[in-house]
Amino acid sequence: MKYAYYPGCSLKGTAIDYHTSALALAGRLGIELVEMEDWVCCGASPIHQRNPMMAAGVANLLLSLSGEICPRIAVLCAACYHNMKKAEVEMRHDKKKRNDVERISGIPFNPEVRTTHFLEILEKDLGLDALKGKVVRPLSELKVACYYGCLLSRPPEIAFDDPEQPTIMERVLQTAGAETVTWSHRMECCGASHAVPVTGAVLRLVNDILLSARDAGAEIIACACPLCQANLDMRQAGVFKEFGMAHNIPVVYFTQLLGLACGASGRDVQIDKGMVSAEPLLQFKNLL
Amino acid sequence: MSKIGVFICHCGENIGRTVDCARVAKAAGRIRGVAFATDYKYMCSDPGQSLIKKAIADHGLTGIVVSACSPHMHEKTFRKAVQEAGINPFLCEMANIREHCSWVHERNEATTRKAIELVRIMVEKVKRNVPLVPVRVKMTKRALVIGGGVAGIQAALDIADGGHEVILVEKEPSVGGHMAQLSETFPTLDCSQCILTPKMVDVGSHPNIKLYTYSEVEKVDGFVGNFKVTIKKKARSVDIDKCTGCGECQLKCPSKKIPSEFDRGLKNRTAIYIPFPQAVPARPVIDREHCIYFLKGKCKVCQKVCPAGAVDYEQTDEFVQEEVGAIVVATGYELYSVGKQGPYPERLGYGEYGYGTDPDIIDGLQFERLASASGPTGGAILRPSDGKPPQSVVFLKCIGSRHPSKNIFFCSKICCMYTAKHTMLYKHKVHDGTAYVFYMDIRSAGKNYDEFVRRAIEEDGAVYLRGRVSRIYRAGEKLIVKGADTLSGAAVEIEADLVVLATAIMPQPGIETLFQKLGISYDGYKFASEAHPKLRPVECATAGIFLAGCCQGPKDIPEAVAQASGAASKALIMFSKDEMLRDPVVARVNENTCIACWYCVEVCPYKAISKKEIRDRKGNLIKRVAEVNPSLCTGCGTCAATCFSNSVDLDGYTDEQLYSEINSLMAVGQDLFPEVEAEAEGKAAG
Repeated sequence: MKYAYYPGCSLKGTAIDYHTSALALAGRLGIELVEMEDWVCCGASPIHQRNPMMAAGVANLLLSLSGEICPRIAVLCAACYHNMKKAEVEMRHDKKKRNDVERISGIPFNPEVRTTHFLEILEKDLGLDALKGKVVRPLSELKVACYYGCLLSRPPEIAFDDPEQPTIMERVLQTAGAETVTWSHRMECCGASHAVPVTGAVLRLVNDILLSARDAGAEIIACACPLCQANLDMRQAGVFKEFGMAHNIPVVYFTQLLGLACGASGRDVQIDKGMVSAEPLLQFKNLL
Repeated sequence: MSKIGVFICHCGENIGRTVDCARVAKAAGRIRGVAFATDYKYMCSDPGQSLIKKAIADHGLTGIVVSACSPHMHEKTFRKAVQEAGINPFLCEMANIREHCSWVHERNEATTRKAIELVRIMVEKVKRNVPLVPVRVKMTKRALVIGGGVAGIQAALDIADGGHEVILVEKEPSVGGHMAQLSETFPTLDCSQCILTPKMVDVGSHPNIKLYTYSEVEKVDGFVGNFKVTIKKKARSVDIDKCTGCGECQLKCPSKKIPSEFDRGLKNRTAIYIPFPQAVPARPVIDREHCIYFLKGKCKVCQKVCPAGAVDYEQTDEFVQEEVGAIVVATGYELYSVGKQGPYPERLGYGEYGYGTDPDIIDGLQFERLASASGPTGGAILRPSDGKPPQSVVFLKCIGSRHPSKNIFFCSKICCMYTAKHTMLYKHKVHDGTAYVFYMDIRSAGKNYDEFVRRAIEEDGAVYLRGRVSRIYRAGEKLIVKGADTLSGAAVEIEADLVVLATAIMPQPGIETLFQKLGISYDGYKFASEAHPKLRPVECATAGIFLAGCCQGPKDIPEAVAQASGAASKALIMFSKDEMLRDPVVARVNENTCIACWYCVEVCPYKAISKKEIRDRKGNLIKRVAEVNPSLCTGCGTCAATCFSNSVDLDGYTDEQLYSEINSLMAVGQDLFPEVEAEAEGKAAG
């Protein structure tokens, strides 16, 4: 299985651990991720608010980069997926939009391209049975809260699972032996980029999410978005200062957990990158 | 030589405003074969009709063209008038210069010319019309009613009381439908079962009603007055005649954990079961998908305990044939399936409300069961999760209706009223509780309906909040409902013990297969379509098939009952005659030219064409040809279009007639508008 891989800016910077762990996992699952050449930022998240046409134009450029590698594009970041998939779906169904975008970007739209999130690749292309066969170190007795945030499964037009009640991450992690908890705030907003201008609001949102996860008995939170991970992980110190609550709950990417389950080392998946260290918990569960 | 009379109608201003009718009459008078042409303000009025009759007598007319509105509107009127004057009605045709001309064009020269052309086309046709005689068909005075809910019950009782036999087919083990599940009914709060069960008993014991429960319509053949229906009686595994309904089997059945359909999953039932105590017939049925004997091959406890020896595991599906003259479709509704994609993947569920993932989030019918005296809690309103009375209940309206982003545009009509009723039932049982309702609009049109909603708000203190809910999630004992109150502009967060989703009426899943068997049309949501939305609301476009209840669109009980009685009286009107006349527009085969390719036999949607052998006196086969049964033929013309050897013609629409219509348009070089040209020439000369 070969995919044109679009990492996006975060995965080469603040979320390098997402990038590294995904490549480590893909290698072990026989999925070939070939990074596109000369890629640019997808514009997330302000671009579609400021200039929707420009957003679609940038996305069209990115979609065209997959051309020589493979029309199937693998994306990990929730915001990149959102921008690219939305443009792809719009251009496929709206002829006028397609013409406008082609004119503005100067690049013809290739209707063959398919933007796919890595979770979807795991479940639909690889198959959960095949994934199960690759698990060498089951995540047994690890209570995971799967966190989707607002962007991963919405809006419905681009959803790869039920847009309001997605369970794809649970299904994938359960295949790797994890015990996923049922909790209420799995789709709540983490505050996203408001962390910079309105930190107080984000602290409140993060506190609510972390409380809900802990109440449900979760030991660790799995997510699929660099900004969610950054907010939930990095803001725990701020939450302690503001609300006096020390959550100390590690927040990792689902690829890191799956990588460990498939036999990668903690170093391979850069498990040490989190502000709240996941290492003591994972060592305790014999996963490191 | 034909003597055609042409009558141009002004239709008041409708045609007269745009078309110069006098000129049309003048031009028509010059068409070859026209003996008389005139115009009049209202041709359909009594003086107008007399004008036609008088002209027939005075000029000895052999054909009539009325140039007025659409034949859908007044063809019958004029054909009747012509018949009274002694001419075969099928020699009268209408040229539509209203819908096809005056209503869609401006007043100008071209419009009048178009009207003249439309008249000329029709004159050419009428010249070639031949007298036709309506086909007489015998009427089978028995009716089939499909569906045993309140609409089906009412229709069956009305027809049976009218003195005719009724076959009532119900797919569930008992009649009663959804109304049997309801607790109390709006706007009077009388007990639903108490008013329905006497009717159910009547249906079960009426001498004119033959009841097939646990049965489905398999096949429908024939046509109005002469339907042949095949009914599949599903294997009940219980001999309904031997069984006394003692219920011993259901007490002893070891398979007890099957969610009850009647109680909407709030209670369990056994594998052999009577759906509810008041069932008609009060006879059990074995659910073979859950029965231990049918799954594992041993058990047979019910057979051992049955004192009447009625349990029969060997029973198989049985097919019976019934002949009926009319069919009433009353297949009812199913609630929108929340949280699941259901049978319509294009309409996604409401994952954000968590239905199906939390036991305290229930739908409208589940609340009915909670409030019903015969329900799982005996009428006490208790939370499904822990059995405690809920201190605050949030009702969400418009779930599965009026939601364009989910591709649902229609209003389910009954939810506003049943939600108001729910809040009252709740407040009457839990006095210190609070009922919240999130609504978009309150639609309570109906006799005493708005008064009822006001009572729920003003006397029983239901808190109505205008807005929708974005999310529901659990926090410990409570459900947190996040919504908007758009009147105050504030975001609302309510801690609820129970959430009730006012789910919408949808047609029965998969009902389109039945509609296709019946040959009736349906809309995008799979609601059956009536023949005319205002003037023929209980009839289908297919003759002899009538609609009752929610299969046609969302309805409350009084409306469903009224429509059922309407459908029943339509059937009774048909039964008041021994035979009926059918339009003689049927296909005819020219036996001299038929080449017996049988294409027409294959394409005929009504199976009206058969293969016929022509033999000489000694019995030697001369030729095989196709033959049309005029009482089955509907005159659709498919065979005529298909025929390779041009041997099939449709009476009243023969190839000769149609080609002459077209030719009259193409008549190049002919003096098409003589009076216009004469005028033009006169001007040029002047």
